[in-house]
Amino acid sequence: MKKSLLWLVILVISVSMIAALSLNGCKKEAAPAEEEVAEEAAPAEEEAPAEEAAGEQFITIHWAQWQPADALEELSKSFTAETGIGVIVEQTPWETFVQKYNTEMIARSDAWDIIVGDSQDIGNMAVNGHYVDLTDWIIEHGVDKSFTPASLTYYAEYPKGAGKYYAVPCEGDALGWAYRKDLFEDPDNMAAFEAKYGYALGVPESWDALKDIAEFFHDPDNDFYGVAIYGDNGYDSLAMFAEQVIWVYGGELGDYATMQVDGLLNSEGAIKGLEYYRELFQFVPPGFGDAFYVATNDAFTAGIVPMATNYFAFFPALSNPATNPYADVTGYFACPPQVGVDGVERQFSALGGQGASMVTYSKKQDLTYQWLEWFVREDVQMEWVKLGGYTCHAGVLESEEFLNAAPYNPAFKVTMEIFKDWWACPEYDILLRTFSEEIARYVIAGEGTAESTLNNLTEIWTDIFQEAGYYD
Amino acid sequence: MFKRSRENQFNGNQLVHRSMRDTTLVRLFILPTIILLIVINIFPLFWSLFLSFSSYSAKAVTEWGKNPEMVGGLNYSRILTDPRIWTKFITTAKYVVMSVGGEMILGFGLALLLQLKFKGKGFITTLLILPMTMSPVIVGLMWRLFYNPNWGMFNYLLGLGKIDWISDPARNLYSIVLVDIWMWTPFVMLLSIAGLSAIPKYLYEAAEIDRASWWFKFTRITLPMVYPLLLVALIFRTMEAFKIFDLPMGITGRGAMAPPLLSMYLYNTAFVTWKTSYGASLGYIMLIVIIAITSLFIKYLNKAKT
Repeated sequence: MKKSLLWLVILVISVSMIAALSLNGCKKEAAPAEEEVAEEAAPAEEEAPAEEAAGEQFITIHWAQWQPADALEELSKSFTAETGIGVIVEQTPWETFVQKYNTEMIARSDAWDIIVGDSQDIGNMAVNGHYVDLTDWIIEHGVDKSFTPASLTYYAEYPKGAGKYYAVPCEGDALGWAYRKDLFEDPDNMAAFEAKYGYALGVPESWDALKDIAEFFHDPDNDFYGVAIYGDNGYDSLAMFAEQVIWVYGGELGDYATMQVDGLLNSEGAIKGLEYYRELFQFVPPGFGDAFYVATNDAFTAGIVPMATNYFAFFPALSNPATNPYADVTGYFACPPQVGVDGVERQFSALGGQGASMVTYSKKQDLTYQWLEWFVREDVQMEWVKLGGYTCHAGVLESEEFLNAAPYNPAFKVTMEIFKDWWACPEYDILLRTFSEEIARYVIAGEGTAESTLNNLTEIWTDIFQEAGYYD
Repeated sequence: MFKRSRENQFNGNQLVHRSMRDTTLVRLFILPTIILLIVINIFPLFWSLFLSFSSYSAKAVTEWGKNPEMVGGLNYSRILTDPRIWTKFITTAKYVVMSVGGEMILGFGLALLLQLKFKGKGFITTLLILPMTMSPVIVGLMWRLFYNPNWGMFNYLLGLGKIDWISDPARNLYSIVLVDIWMWTPFVMLLSIAGLSAIPKYLYEAAEIDRASWWFKFTRITLPMVYPLLLVALIFRTMEAFKIFDLPMGITGRGAMAPPLLSMYLYNTAFVTWKTSYGASLGYIMLIVIIAITSLFIKYLNKAKT
């Protein structure tokens, strides 16, 4: 019995091996035949070699799962048509995007040739050798002149000011606002607002005015709320909204060059900014303690808020009548300026967006350079805009064609001049995590005060930088 | 006689050789599994134990002596002296007690009810088992939609207004407990049904003859006979509830307003902030706690069997 079983096992393994080898042999035998066919066809059809090359040559880009990634895949078809090199855009949901590419890079994976990674991760990826240094390439191809300086600083450069670049700005993005023009321009609303606040209702010209407008419209008994802003603290949304109000009131997250935090993060301006966030948060719809881009857009399209914040990348959904019943009465504005506690007026928007970085472990760097060379062309950047991408090309941003391409583009252009980013050092993720935890307790749960929150955070961040050796 | 003795001839060498071939065959068959076990389970177990005594971040460049750097029991002492960790332990313990307690009571109760004969019993039993068959991540995401305060079915059907069950820290732990009970009560129910079905009928008949009350029958026959299986259910559910991850991840996410459960903290530590060795230490502390609790239950189980 056991002997027959052994023979059966040997037979199964042998058959499997023979089958596997045969399949492999068929593939190898077919290749020369295909090549012969290609050689014969070459004189007759010039396109045949390119078509065959397209089947064999391709690069893979890894990005988050959202509309701009779809647009990039669509845009890259013209690259394939020009060069015969295929482009696959692999998308991962935002919730796990950063973890996934970090894990792959730790494993030195060559699964992707380009990562369109988050801007604040550039330091981590550069220091740990996962991204190729593109400095020489960027200078050689004039990208430092054709793209906006701010976009290169925030999407590509590490350390900031060092003139070393690890990405090509791919998707410019920052926080902006959508508002209901019909509600703002309603004569009754305008009269009532002016009577209450002493100035005309319109696109807010300061953050204080924005809060007044939210308060004016807030009517929870009638299922209408003042504003839709971020509350989710699982990744960076809460932190991004908080940082811009801290900046406009005169605070800072710290000194990005010296890594000093005390006196900056817990300054009077920062405290005032955080208090503002807590006050504004009182006017959001229920359940906004975990609201991110979907929730703010949903609240707007559901018609329960007069204005909503979001990254510009999510505004195409609001300008589309198929997804927003109020699309024809939706207007857009950049984050307003604000006079800070020191009497100085500032205007900032939290930077979003990503740069396209070449993966160190990629085995197709030659093909990847070709894609980058194609991507930075002005005509390609204009096409990128038309498909729904957000360019950082200075020439395209200035053009009338760009400004007229979408209703939110004028606000986007203004925003590209005022955006500012989070820490881009390798410790950015723990800074983000601790910031979100502390801020959420105050802004959402109402625990403690803005001052105690920021003082706690200052201690925590100082310890983090101390442990990382920045103060040695 | 000679022929018979030849047929039945005992040749020690042949017998030894045959058994050696059998042993080799056995070893050959289990070798791939052993290799897989070593690579996937045993090696990572010892490697993570080593890392738990070091300072190491998987995202930083590996440099022996610097990353990882041996720090002895520093990670463990930091964890055990961090008041925030104790908050997470207490929250996790609360979660275990509420969810497992609810499942045991409901599951056993449903099993008792299903001992009755009624029309459609098989169909009802199948319906009751359905939640357990679903993927936990999908269940979490589904209930996240149910719990939406603005348009979710939960508030609407119960007429509760716009209560926030997801991001309100005063309530979201109970939201997850409810879903856990909904999902895993059928597991306890099935084990209880198995136990109840195995109770010999003559015990109840004998008790009937002696005019025993319902309570007497329940406490002297039903419960002692089902007790071992209930303990098995308790062991499994306690282990699972202690390290619950998929349901809270689906319902509340891993943000600061999510319930401070140990598994979520471990995930954030190891895979968000990449404090790999700190995460490994926390994982081992959780492992020791789970082993201690289940050992206690197994001790009672062994007593119950005897």
